[in-house]
Amino acid sequence: MKLNSKSKSLLVALAIGLLLIPFVTDTLLGRGWVRIVDFAMLYIMLALGLNIVVGFAGLLDLGYIAFFGVGAYCYALAGSPHLALAFPMIFPNGVHLSFWVILPLAALLAGGFGVLLGAPTLRLRGDYLAIVTLGFGEIIRIFLNNLNAPVNLTNGPQGISRIDPVSLADVRLSVTQEIFGISLPSVHLYFYLFLAFTVLVIFASQRLEKSRIGRAWMAIREDEVAASAMGINTRNLKLLAFAMGAMFGGASGALFAGFQGFVSPESFSLMESIMVLCMVVLGGMGNIAGVILGGVLLAVLPEVLRHSVVPLQQALFGKMIVDPESLRMLLFGGALIVMMLYRPAGLLPSRVRRRELDTDEVVETV
Amino acid sequence: MTNTAHLLQLSSIGKQFGGLSALSDVSLHIQHREIYGLIGPNGAGKTTLFNVITGLYQPSAGEFQFDGKSYQTCKPHVLAKAGIARTFQNIRLFANLTALENVMIGRHVRTRAGVFGALLHDRTTRNEERAITERARELLYYVGIEKPARTLAKHLSYGEQRRLEIARALATDPLLLALDEPAAGMNATETASLKTLLQTIRNSGITVLLIEHDVKLIMGLCDRVAVLDYGKKIAEGVPEEVRKDPAVIAAYLGAEPEAHTSGFAPLASLSPLAGEDPGERVVDNV
Ligand SMILES: Nc1ncnc2c1ncn2[C@@H]1O[C@H](COP(=O)(O)OP(=O)(O)O)[C@@H](O)[C@H]1O
Ligand SMILES: [Mg+2]
Repeated sequence: MKLNSKSKSLLVALAIGLLLIPFVTDTLLGRGWVRIVDFAMLYIMLALGLNIVVGFAGLLDLGYIAFFGVGAYCYALAGSPHLALAFPMIFPNGVHLSFWVILPLAALLAGGFGVLLGAPTLRLRGDYLAIVTLGFGEIIRIFLNNLNAPVNLTNGPQGISRIDPVSLADVRLSVTQEIFGISLPSVHLYFYLFLAFTVLVIFASQRLEKSRIGRAWMAIREDEVAASAMGINTRNLKLLAFAMGAMFGGASGALFAGFQGFVSPESFSLMESIMVLCMVVLGGMGNIAGVILGGVLLAVLPEVLRHSVVPLQQALFGKMIVDPESLRMLLFGGALIVMMLYRPAGLLPSRVRRRELDTDEVVETV
Repeated sequence: MTNTAHLLQLSSIGKQFGGLSALSDVSLHIQHREIYGLIGPNGAGKTTLFNVITGLYQPSAGEFQFDGKSYQTCKPHVLAKAGIARTFQNIRLFANLTALENVMIGRHVRTRAGVFGALLHDRTTRNEERAITERARELLYYVGIEKPARTLAKHLSYGEQRRLEIARALATDPLLLALDEPAAGMNATETASLKTLLQTIRNSGITVLLIEHDVKLIMGLCDRVAVLDYGKKIAEGVPEEVRKDPAVIAAYLGAEPEAHTSGFAPLASLSPLAGEDPGERVVDNV
């Protein structure tokens, strides 16, 4: 794993490029776009988490956004005045735990829900698994929608607001900070936080993929019977895949809640699950770079449309004929059909498919 | 019944599928370092027996002992850990993974690294990974796969796929290697090299249980043979005796009407008239 000087300088250039993204976006496109980039990073983390379940272990999960929701609500409850409503005696001011406590809590809680979803679906495959996970996602959303009585836990459809912003060692990310004479607005600060976590998630995904555990997941994906006959405890490893994927989802949910300052059940609809799944599939299931590409494309595309379609139509026809949201769905559906026809393995097909092209026997750096 | 001298001992194993009795009252034992053949017409229950002793099917009756422990209902991965490894009649490789990865997965059961090891990539994990890769490469060489280790399993030739399955099974460090028709679809040269490979494997101390239709291979390789017909064991013994057994001949002649549909051809040579090739025969002690 030693880097030569060329790849080292490439890495440094990449790092500088990434660090400059918010400034470049800000000057070229405007502050609103930095926020959009921040959301794109959350989606990348989500997509990478789902990639563990779907791409590595081959378990089709259509309710993945539920774990994002669990993480977000965990942050919302443990970092807002809301619980003062339900339990005024115990928490007169609500609960305001530190970010570093809430984050692992959210990940663990979501991981627990992952096992909860995994356990009853162990014997299911393909379509049946998809339907059960879809139902699970909806159950969580409906719970969030209705748990405002008898005890007001989630505040129902109104959602929870006034969530504490993320603050790291007394640096609040919700206000502009001066660092080395550079003024960093809140969206920039969150960008760097999300960048750090995204890099961490990418790193973790890569290590998992090239490990004994990752290989066992892929064996299950390829042939569950053969995997079990080779001594893989398929039950435990499937649960582990669900739990790991859910933990990534839960952690990004917590980041989302802190960033947004507000959560409500409608952020966790089936459509969102499908969106994240499409990011995984579009980019190239099982391939980390592909999943990142899919995440960026699908998170940024709707915003590009929103900002281009309306002015374009105004200029051409003098009025708006198709609203960006419908156009987005139209384009999106079209793109998926084209994809399935011409690039069924995704934009960046998974590593094994690429690897079969280079036949030279390079010593593996496993 | 407990006889620790035997590696595997089946006691009255039965397996029902609805009204069909795929196995009934099958008892047999396999000794250490033996090559034990299992033959019989198609549908006799050979694969079902493999599925029972590897935990893929739960027996409807009876139990078996392996390496001194009794099993009745048991998960496949537990039996793999106990030391039973197998190949499949219809090749079941991890088709979209490389040849090397297929064998590395076989090491799963003998290695330990978990999620934390994977994430931290500490020294122990790195060493383990290196050992897994090394062993997998050795095994690819051992079974004679010469294509690059990074070739996808599905891109190997048929004979290579069968040998890759053997390498993957060997990677689990088995005491008993159970092979379900490993020579099926191989040409004469490939079968000959398979035979050498199986002898090498046995000489390395691994016991082999072999289902095979190629009678020449069975006769030349096995120390003892059992014959199944309609789920019952109808004969057992050294190959020469079994081949003369009237019940066995009847079973195969009885199967004759299916000859054209069920790959009967090699079985015909089981009749005492055919398959004379004493030079092929390996007389073994044990
Ligand atoms: N899972 C199953 N369900 C129902 N019947 C089965 C199943 N597996 C095997 N059988 C039946 O059991 C009998 C023995 O099959 P098998 O063990 O595959 O035979 P062999 O391997 O000797 O050719 C056949 O009649 C087959 O149809
Ligand atoms: Mg069979």
